[in-house]
Amino acid sequence: MILLSHYIVVSAILFSIGVIGVLCRRNALVIFMSVEIMLNAANLAFIAFAREHGGMEGQTIAFFVMALAAAEVAVGLGIIMAVFKKQGTIDLAKINFLKG
Amino acid sequence: MQLAFFYFFSGLSILSALFVIFFRNTLSAAIALVVTLFGVACLFGLLEAHFLAAMQVLVYAGAVMVLFLFVIMLMNLGREELLKIKLAFLGIIGVITGVCLAILLVTRFMGLSAPLLSLDLGVEYGTVKSVGKLLFGEYLIPFELTSILLLVAIIGAITLARKPQS
Amino acid sequence: MEKIVSYLVGHCEKLQHLPEDFIYLALQVVAGLLVLMLFVAPFAGIISFVERRIAARVMDRVGPNRVGPQGIFQWLADGVKSLLKEDIIPAQADSVLFRLAPYLVFVGMFAAFVVVPFSSGLIVADLNIGIFYLIAVTSIVVVGIMMSGWASNNKYSLLGGMRSAAQIVSYEIPAGLSILAVVILSGSLSIQSIIKAQGAYPWQWFLFQNPLMPIAFISLFIASLAEGNRTPFDIPEAESELVSGYSTEYSGMRFVFFYFEEWANLYLIAAVSTALFLGGWNLPSAVVSWAQTKGDVLLHLLQFLTFFIKAMVMVFIIIQLRWTLPRVRVDQLMALCWKYLTPIGFVVSLGWQLGWLYFLRECLWSVM
Repeated sequence: MILLSHYIVVSAILFSIGVIGVLCRRNALVIFMSVEIMLNAANLAFIAFAREHGGMEGQTIAFFVMALAAAEVAVGLGIIMAVFKKQGTIDLAKINFLKG
Repeated sequence: MQLAFFYFFSGLSILSALFVIFFRNTLSAAIALVVTLFGVACLFGLLEAHFLAAMQVLVYAGAVMVLFLFVIMLMNLGREELLKIKLAFLGIIGVITGVCLAILLVTRFMGLSAPLLSLDLGVEYGTVKSVGKLLFGEYLIPFELTSILLLVAIIGAITLARKPQS
Repeated sequence: MEKIVSYLVGHCEKLQHLPEDFIYLALQVVAGLLVLMLFVAPFAGIISFVERRIAARVMDRVGPNRVGPQGIFQWLADGVKSLLKEDIIPAQADSVLFRLAPYLVFVGMFAAFVVVPFSSGLIVADLNIGIFYLIAVTSIVVVGIMMSGWASNNKYSLLGGMRSAAQIVSYEIPAGLSILAVVILSGSLSIQSIIKAQGAYPWQWFLFQNPLMPIAFISLFIASLAEGNRTPFDIPEAESELVSGYSTEYSGMRFVFFYFEEWANLYLIAAVSTALFLGGWNLPSAVVSWAQTKGDVLLHLLQFLTFFIKAMVMVFIIIQLRWTLPRVRVDQLMALCWKYLTPIGFVVSLGWQLGWLYFLRECLWSVM
C-alpha cells in the first residue's frame, strides 16, 4: 500500500540532497545540477499532493516549474559560459571579481 | 506491485542524486543527473501524471541535459579532476545542515498517511486534455506569462553567448 | 490484451495467484521483446543488405551477392562476424561511459517502438500521449550519442557527437510543429486514434486534407531525416571529414548497436510518416467487412501489409535520397532548420486556425 508520505519523504530526501550539493560543492555546474534536483523534488511533492486530492492543479503548477527550469538553465549556463570565458574557471571560490 | 516499482525508482533517483553531488568528475555528475531525472519521471508515471512524465523526459533529457553536456564539453572540464570536494569547515556545515533538514522534513512528513489509491480518479486524470483545460482556462495568464519568460530567457542567453562586437 | 489475460488466467491455475497488473506487465514486456526480435532486428538486418545492393546499383557495382541466393543472408554473416570481433576499448577512453553509450542509444530507439502500430490491434501499448511519448523518448538517443562522442577521447568522435546533438535538438522543433498540425486535425495524441481519424483512400489521408498538409509532411520528412542522421544530413558521421563520427572508436558488438539504431530509425521515420499522413493501416470498409467474415487474423494481416507497404515505399525513397543527394554543410543545415523549416512549421500549424477564422468571417458576411 503506497501512502502519500512515501512520495513526500522521497521528495524531502531529494530536496535535502540538493541543498547539500548547493552548500558543499564549489563547481558552478554541479551547484546548478543540485538546483535542478531541488526543483524536481518540489515537482514530485506537487504531483503527489495533486494525486491525493484527485485534482489537476498540482500538475499544472509542475508544468510551470518545468518551463521555469528550462528558462533558468538557458540563462544560467549562458552566464557560466561567459564567466568561464572571462576568468578561465568555474570554481566559485576563485571567482571573486565584481568587474567584468 | 506498485510498491515494488516505487521503491525501485525512488531508490534509483535518490542514489543517483547522491552520486550527482559526490562525483568529482563533472561529466559523470551530469550522467547521474540524467538517471535521477529519469527516476523522477517514472515516479510521475506511477502517480498517473503521464503527460508530465513524458514532459520531464522531453524537457530534461532532451533539452536541459544536452545543454549541460554541451557546456561541459566546451569547457573540457570532465577529464581533469578540477574541483575536489575539500571537506572544509563550510563543507561540513553544509552537510550537517542538509542532513538536519532531511531529518526534519522526513519526521515531519512521516505522519501524512493518506492512502493514495483510495481515490477514484476519472479516465481523464493526468492526460493532456485535463492539463490543457486548466492551462488554457484558469491558468491562462500565468501560461502566457511563461511564454514571455521563455522569450526573455532566449534573448538573455543569446546576448550572453554573443561575441562582443568591437 | 484483456482477452489474452482472461484466457491465461482461465487456463493456467498457477497464474490465478498472481496479481492481474503483474500479468499485464509481463505480457507487455513479452510483446515488446517479440516486436524487437521478430520484427525490428530482422528488418534492420535485411534493410542494411537492401541498402547496400541499391547503393551498388547506383554506383554501377554488383554489391554483396555471395551469402545465400543474391546475397540475402549477408546481414547474418555480418552480424556473426561483428560478434566474433575483438571488443576494443581505447586506453584513454572513459570506459564506463564508453560501454554505457551504445545501450543508451539502443534503449532510446527501441522504447519508441512501443507506440508504433502494426495493425488496428497489433501495438505494444496504445498510450494516450502516444506521439508525444515518441518525441520524448527519442531524445534519450541524443544523450547516448554525446556520451559516446565524449567517452571515446577522440577529436573526430567528439566533433561528430556534438554535431549530432546540435542537429537532433534543432530539428526536433520543425518536426514537433509538423506533428502539431496533424494533432490539431485529429484532435488526439494517440497514434491509433490519429490513424482512425483518416481513411483508406488517398483523399481521406491527412496528407491531402488541406493545402498546408503536404508542406507539413515534407518538413516532417526533412526534419526526421536530419534527426536520424541520414544523408543529405549525415554530417555527424561524414566519412570524408570525421572518419565515422561518434562511432569511430567502436568495434564489434557495440558498433553493431549503433548501426542497428540507424536502420531501426529508418523504419521509425517511415512508420511515423505513414501513421500520421498516409492513412496508416486503414482499409476500405468493404475489405474490412469481408476480412472479418474470414476471421480476425486475416484482417490484422491485411492491415499490417497495408501499413508495411506504405512504410516500405517511404524507406525506399529515403534510401534513394541517400545515394542521390550530396551532403550539406553545417551552416547550411542550421540555416535550413532555423530560417526555413521552423517558420514554415509555425505557418502550417497556425495557418489551419487562421483558415478557420477566415471561414468564420465569410459566414458572418453571408449572414449579414
